[in-house]
Amino acid sequence: MSQGVLVWVEQFKGKPQAASWEALGQARTLAGGGPVTAAVFGQGVEAVAQEAIRRGADRVLVADDATLADYRFEPFVALLAQIVREHQPAIVLAAATIAGREVLAGAAAEIGAGLLTDVTDLSLEGGKLQAVRPVLGGKVLSVEAITGDGPQFATLRPRAFPAPEPDPSRSGEIVAVAPVLAEDAIASKVEAMQEVTGTISLTDATIIVSGGRGVGGPEGFDPVRELAEALGGAVGASRAAVDAGWIPYEHQVGQTGKVVSPDLYIAAGISGAIQHQAGMRTAKVIVAINKDPEAPIFKLARYGIVGDLFEVLPALTAEVRKRLG
Amino acid sequence: MHVVVVTKNTPDTAATVTVKGDGTIDWGDSLVVNPWDEYAITEAVLLKEAHSGKATVLTVGTDEHQEALKHGLAIGCDQAIRVWDGALDGCDSLGYAEAVAAAIRKLGDVDLVIFGRELADIATDQHVYQVARKLGWTMLGYVAKIQALDVAARSITVNRLTEYGTQTVRSTLPAVISVVKDINEPKYPTFIGIRKAAKAEIPVWSAADLGLDAAALQPRTQQLRYQELPKREGTVEIIEGATAQEKAAKLIDRLIEEKVL
Repeated sequence: MSQGVLVWVEQFKGKPQAASWEALGQARTLAGGGPVTAAVFGQGVEAVAQEAIRRGADRVLVADDATLADYRFEPFVALLAQIVREHQPAIVLAAATIAGREVLAGAAAEIGAGLLTDVTDLSLEGGKLQAVRPVLGGKVLSVEAITGDGPQFATLRPRAFPAPEPDPSRSGEIVAVAPVLAEDAIASKVEAMQEVTGTISLTDATIIVSGGRGVGGPEGFDPVRELAEALGGAVGASRAAVDAGWIPYEHQVGQTGKVVSPDLYIAAGISGAIQHQAGMRTAKVIVAINKDPEAPIFKLARYGIVGDLFEVLPALTAEVRKRLG
Repeated sequence: MHVVVVTKNTPDTAATVTVKGDGTIDWGDSLVVNPWDEYAITEAVLLKEAHSGKATVLTVGTDEHQEALKHGLAIGCDQAIRVWDGALDGCDSLGYAEAVAAAIRKLGDVDLVIFGRELADIATDQHVYQVARKLGWTMLGYVAKIQALDVAARSITVNRLTEYGTQTVRSTLPAVISVVKDINEPKYPTFIGIRKAAKAEIPVWSAADLGLDAAALQPRTQQLRYQELPKREGTVEIIEGATAQEKAAKLIDRLIEEKVL
């Protein structure tokens, strides 16, 4: 008997991935009155399990083990597949982060289940999941459905669904589960992790300030960074700026970079090529700052300032500090 | 050492896409090598050169994907293989992964399989991880650098870009990796390479050649229709002002009204 919804809740060093709560919120909606189960894999993840209950899980399956301390494909996929086989949920969800995409795809392959990746809308039609996904560089939306029997898998694009607020009055059951693979059965070993420190991840960011060719050089990103810092946001970049070597690839937004959906996206000195638009067009409010009033970015923007970014950005930073600081 | 790169043609990223009344799309029919695969193919050629090995470029698809294979040959892959069969028509990522995994098993001596991060047309990467699972090999996704590859010691060490930072992972071979654009500067075909590729005979392997079972190719998902993007409300409001300070103050007012600050 298939029933309920299972959500794989991602965490890094005991800190939950915010987009996992969005998946949990969607699980509650899709489950109707049915049970919502969260699965948390890691080491020292008790607090994440408790938060999953406050965010809407009725039950949390916790695998707390040294072999799961760092994300690795084989142990995570083997464990999720085993949990799905054992509990037979009707639906399996996760945030479409890098690990979320890998773990659900791997487990779906093992089970022979249908998977819809990186969806921005999700519903049940006659008991089958139906999803909307941006395709072809975000230029059109594709409507896709699960047709196969058994558990139905989907990963949800971060920030495309609302996250439920934690409710301290909720209670639920925490169940310990054992890992499937022992350390010597795992082919990959994590040797190091160079964490991104002091900066906000583009995927999680509610505000992103991006620079393009118009910043003119590596130093040109200083005013971009200052505004991002004043706003508590992340720094993005266009392909032109990354290819010129002005800023590392991790910051690239667009077709061959990251796809982001912040509340506010400020594009400074970015003309707005179609490939860049593929990465940021789902932002709630887009602000364009460009010298060229004909730049395509103005067609996408809600607000525009025609002017020199080296004057406008510092003025914005000063204004933000004055009002919000 | 034998490295296999898996590729496909996808619609030109610069193409204008329109949704027709019946929910199908029109994109001008201009195909290019999937943009991410240019890095994957280049990496396969660089590795085979560095390790005196062999590089195979593989596709699962109709003859419209022939160009992606020829691109692979033109920049230095030693052989190209196309897998196609009517039984694969309409298969989803699971069937596709089944076919890729079967072709890799048939090749027999493969040490490393390389994919581009995702397919630009259907905007997904799930097939990559599903190939790894079907082969039972390690998956190292989002690789920005191969730090070390020791074929004799059956070991590979890579840097993976994740949301949380750069993870350095060592794994045994064989393995499946997917690469991001930081990994290299894509090679472009030379005139001699293009001529050589044009003359190459590319074998086509059928479902029967690979021993593929029809049940395993059965799709579990279906593409129903396409939709236009929701129109963005209104047009741009250009913030005017005598000075940058004045423009900045007005813009911040608007952003506070919009509740994004």
